[in-house]
Amino acid sequence: MKVKVISRNPDDYVRQTKLDIQRVPRNYDPSLNPFETPREYTRALNATKLERVFAKPFLASLDGHRDGVNCMAKHPKSLSTMLSGSCDGELKVWNLTKRECVRTLQAHEGFVRAMVVRFCGTSFFTIGDDKTIKQWSMETPGYGEEEEPLNTILGKSVFTGIDHHQERGVFATCGQQVDIWDEQRSSPIRSFSWGVDSFSCVRFNPVETGLLASCASDRSIVLYDMREATPLKKVIMTLRSNTLCWNPMEAYNFTCSNEDYNLYTFDMRKLDMPSVTHKDHVSAVLDVDYSPTGKEFVSASFDKTIRIFPKDSYHSREVYHTTRMQHVICVKWSSDNKYVLSGSDEMNIRLWKASAAEKLGVLTPREQAAVNYNQKLKERFQHHPEVRRIARHRHVPKSIYNQRRELHIMRTARLRKESNIRKHSTPGSVPVLSEKEKHIVAVVK
Amino acid sequence: MVESKAAKRRKRKTQKEDKKTTSATVLQRIRDAEEELHQTQTEDVISASEDEGGDDEERKHSKLLDAIRSLGGKRRKKLTERSEASIQVSEFAVNAEGEGDKIHLSELIENIDKASTSLSKAKQRLNKLKNHHSTLDTPLNRKEAEQIQREVAFEKTSKLVSGWEHVVNQNQRAEQLVFPLKQELSGPKRMEHVVSGWKAQTPLEKEIFSLLHANNQPVHDVVLTAGEESSIKAMSLEEAKLRRAELQKFRALQSYYEAKAKRQKKIKSKTYHKIQHKVLRKDYLKHFDELLKTDPDAALEELNKAELSRMKERMTLKHQNSGKWAKSRAIMAKYDEGARKAMQQQLEVNKDLTLKLVIPTDEDEEDEEESVEALPSFVNDAEPIVDAVNPWMRGKLSTEPALQEESNDMETSGARPGNVQAEEEANHLQEVEEEVEETEEEAILRGFEERRKMRRVEDVEVTPMFVGDNKELPAEKAEAIEVSDDDDDNDNEEEEAEISTFTRLFQGLVKNHVDSPAETAKMGASICVGQDESPTMLDEGLVRVMAPEDLELLSQGDASLMTTSAPRIEQTDSQSETQHAGEKKRKIMIDPNEVLTKEAKVIKVPFAPTAVDDVEGMEEQRVIIKEAFAGDDVVSDFLKDKEKQEEARKPKDLDLTLPGWGEWGGIGLKPSNRKRRFLVQAAEPTPRRDLKLPNVIFSEKRDSSIARLQVCQLPFPFRHPKEFEHVICSPIGHTWNTQNAVQKITAPKVMTKLGTIIEPMSREKYIKNQELVAPGRKSDQYLESDKGTQNKKRSQQKKKHKPKKN
Repeated sequence: MKVKVISRNPDDYVRQTKLDIQRVPRNYDPSLNPFETPREYTRALNATKLERVFAKPFLASLDGHRDGVNCMAKHPKSLSTMLSGSCDGELKVWNLTKRECVRTLQAHEGFVRAMVVRFCGTSFFTIGDDKTIKQWSMETPGYGEEEEPLNTILGKSVFTGIDHHQERGVFATCGQQVDIWDEQRSSPIRSFSWGVDSFSCVRFNPVETGLLASCASDRSIVLYDMREATPLKKVIMTLRSNTLCWNPMEAYNFTCSNEDYNLYTFDMRKLDMPSVTHKDHVSAVLDVDYSPTGKEFVSASFDKTIRIFPKDSYHSREVYHTTRMQHVICVKWSSDNKYVLSGSDEMNIRLWKASAAEKLGVLTPREQAAVNYNQKLKERFQHHPEVRRIARHRHVPKSIYNQRRELHIMRTARLRKESNIRKHSTPGSVPVLSEKEKHIVAVVK
Repeated sequence: MVESKAAKRRKRKTQKEDKKTTSATVLQRIRDAEEELHQTQTEDVISASEDEGGDDEERKHSKLLDAIRSLGGKRRKKLTERSEASIQVSEFAVNAEGEGDKIHLSELIENIDKASTSLSKAKQRLNKLKNHHSTLDTPLNRKEAEQIQREVAFEKTSKLVSGWEHVVNQNQRAEQLVFPLKQELSGPKRMEHVVSGWKAQTPLEKEIFSLLHANNQPVHDVVLTAGEESSIKAMSLEEAKLRRAELQKFRALQSYYEAKAKRQKKIKSKTYHKIQHKVLRKDYLKHFDELLKTDPDAALEELNKAELSRMKERMTLKHQNSGKWAKSRAIMAKYDEGARKAMQQQLEVNKDLTLKLVIPTDEDEEDEEESVEALPSFVNDAEPIVDAVNPWMRGKLSTEPALQEESNDMETSGARPGNVQAEEEANHLQEVEEEVEETEEEAILRGFEERRKMRRVEDVEVTPMFVGDNKELPAEKAEAIEVSDDDDDNDNEEEEAEISTFTRLFQGLVKNHVDSPAETAKMGASICVGQDESPTMLDEGLVRVMAPEDLELLSQGDASLMTTSAPRIEQTDSQSETQHAGEKKRKIMIDPNEVLTKEAKVIKVPFAPTAVDDVEGMEEQRVIIKEAFAGDDVVSDFLKDKEKQEEARKPKDLDLTLPGWGEWGGIGLKPSNRKRRFLVQAAEPTPRRDLKLPNVIFSEKRDSSIARLQVCQLPFPFRHPKEFEHVICSPIGHTWNTQNAVQKITAPKVMTKLGTIIEPMSREKYIKNQELVAPGRKSDQYLESDKGTQNKKRSQQKKKHKPKKN
């Protein structure tokens, strides 16, 4: 015979400490909770609203440069250290946690064109308009000592870009040609040139470390392998690409910022067509940097905004601007995936949050759970018109707003004209080019 | 070969005589010039090349010189004349005749083959060189050469880079990524890792360590031995789990099968076994027939087997009516018809089994016919001599039943709804013709089956069903179901439950892999859809949101400015896609018009007089259509549908009376009229929009007041509104889910660690993956794709631990 007895285990209802939440036994039977979806909808709506209300991405402005900030560099080993070079040849090392400049040195005469920190973080290289490559120690010289470069290499022509190998003492510069240098030698160990052109940017692939890519002034992007004697391939686009950045998690993908207001993500194996075209800027895009997770990238534009794009999305998910920020020349994504740094014409470096509404600092587990839940809710209800409307709303300055409209009108007009031409010509004579194909002129083998 | 060589040599000689006048190459000319020079230098030294007598003269000359020297008396320093020995006498027994002559390759080779065989390769190469007369190609110009170089280099690098594809795809698919990728083990490190450089010093220690090293034993007090660690490396936890689940399932299936077999063996009913046996034999014969057609070799083998079994049968006393049962039957046979019959049957079986089989071959078809008698009956009836054209005579499901039914319409006249029934009946007929007994047996078998089914129906509540529509595992599922079907004892309920859990577990594990390609497809498609600007694009406006109230004020007008007027020209692909989707949707509902017109096109009137005008033709067509659709009355169906919809939409009266409230209530007592005031009359419904349109139904489900808040377009990854609704309706909050479930559902896609530098992808990851894709494990490729989820699970485990700490 079975005897039924009421038995309660105190573990089920007694808190372990006073700080614990009260245990509330629940019946999860869905038939008892008929309004679950409407309630979640409301929660999602509220979460979206709160996200927009808390979206305050601007954190700090680092001022101190006496000319426009031309280049920046991340420290590979320290999150709080950042370097910036300005158009007057001055270089500053910043402490981001304290938001102050810790070191200033006159690196070059004329522009500091580019700089890069060695992979170990002990020294960094700068190039300037004075045709020199200088290697500096990361250590601040002691009291009374003069700032002097560890090494100086005098080049034949102006260098415009530099990048360092991920794990070896090799770096690459570009100018009239792309040179590969050994740190120990004063002349390049290899130089690549393909036609007569000048290069604006060279970048090592962070994953497949022997590969390089460069942007040339003849509107082309050229790929190299450090181990080969010749360049690999080149793609010519309608307008010049300013900079490019490799995806740090995907060996073959890179994104270039173009003068035609767009960014293009390429698969290096298929250069005949970009895999994604990112549109939204209303002026030339000057710089691009990937997030260390490889999921997103940030772009700086001449239109005084920076935008964040998901790597496979056509449109930006975020646009940052302030009234005082002028043409943004360089941009970097911090290596902990939390911040974005932008250096602009008006001598300031700005620190932004990578996700605008994120709460900074350590979160308690409950906070974290709430954040996760809200995130998921927003994701789930993102297609509902009310939620979408709020989530997608961004304020932009009037000039950009108007320019966008103008561009839109121009684009539709062009498309209309094209379709009209197609209608009135023999079928097949005016081919239908996809938006991606339009921007590629040729692929040179 | 030798002859040709000789011929060539001869040719060479003639060339020699020509004195190189034929040689055209610059090289040779230069060589000639050099030779000439050499000749002029050695002209005063009398050479042997000019004539035959030259040799003698020289000898004389040297003698003369010797004589003169001896005359002088004084000892002169002897000047030994040095001459090149090779000019006259070759070291290798090859004589170049004459000063100007050269030694040719062919001559060198001659000696080689004499000398040793090991040089045959070199010889071959030389031969080749000898035969190779043509000049070298001019080198490509620099531009072209570089292009080729570049192309080769690009190929190489793109191949190299493609090796990462697997990693990239995996990360793309992963439900959660945890950065940084290289994660150090948390918690205190072990002593051995921290302290290093300790050495064994005393001889005893040294001896011990040498022993330990020799046996590959841990030197320190470690948790895992080297062997264990290597085994852990060899198989990840996920893989191991998957494998274990698979094995478990397999074992369970096996045990169930065994149990089933045992149970069946235990059944005492003779008829059951007899029937079972017969069925088996029938199956076997069918199989044999097919084999005869498809694979004669295998059939032959089968035949051999049958022969063997026949021999065995002959050896044994089975079916000889000598057993216990047969003897008892023999006693009964006098009085019992059935017993006699049974014995007869038994003997027949024996006869059947001991009959010799003849292999039917294509050559002797006549022979076959003769030997038909000799063949046992089952071979006879399986013979495909039956009319191949007439599917009815075959009694099998033909490939195109619909067509054949049409052709045989006369026979199976009358309106039969499905082909299946006709087929069945045909089957039945044939069976009746051929073997009445068989049907009886089948009826009994069917009875068994039905009884079992009945029992199963009772068990349905216990046996869980397979809900997932996993395509990969239909066979396995079928197996599982079969097993659960055949379990007719109630004892096995638990086992069934177990097995279903196994399959579910297995499915769950595999599901990820099945989903993944679909997801990749989605990813690919998402790019297409992305072009449709609306979903991702920001609404950039001039309104600045400062407070929640501002959000309410965001006007809708400016929100859709960009999106509504977005150019449609470039979206051809997506449009066509949506069109397709639309078509599919429409196909679900039957449009009577569409159906009618289609039929009208298909059906042709064969002997319609040409002179008849259109009206008449139309009339006729209508008649035909009416005939064709005599069974289903579309119009009345439609009207019924409409009525039903109207009915459903009518507001109903609300009865708020509480029987027994304020008065007596109970069975047979009606609430008083006074309570009528609690009956709330429904308001008159607004007139339907299709009230005056007899052929139209307007769906009035759409409520304009909430339409503004509803999703009007099916979002991308979903294929059907139902799916989307399902996703939206399943709650994720902790109010409706257990804590673990909530944590699992709301896990973020990307996890980063605060204040940690995320390094780019490193080579180690790549190498790890390369090992995984090793060819040995290609069959279970889904294992690799699961790697991504592995991280996720690990992190979830971590997360599970976290709250407990607090």
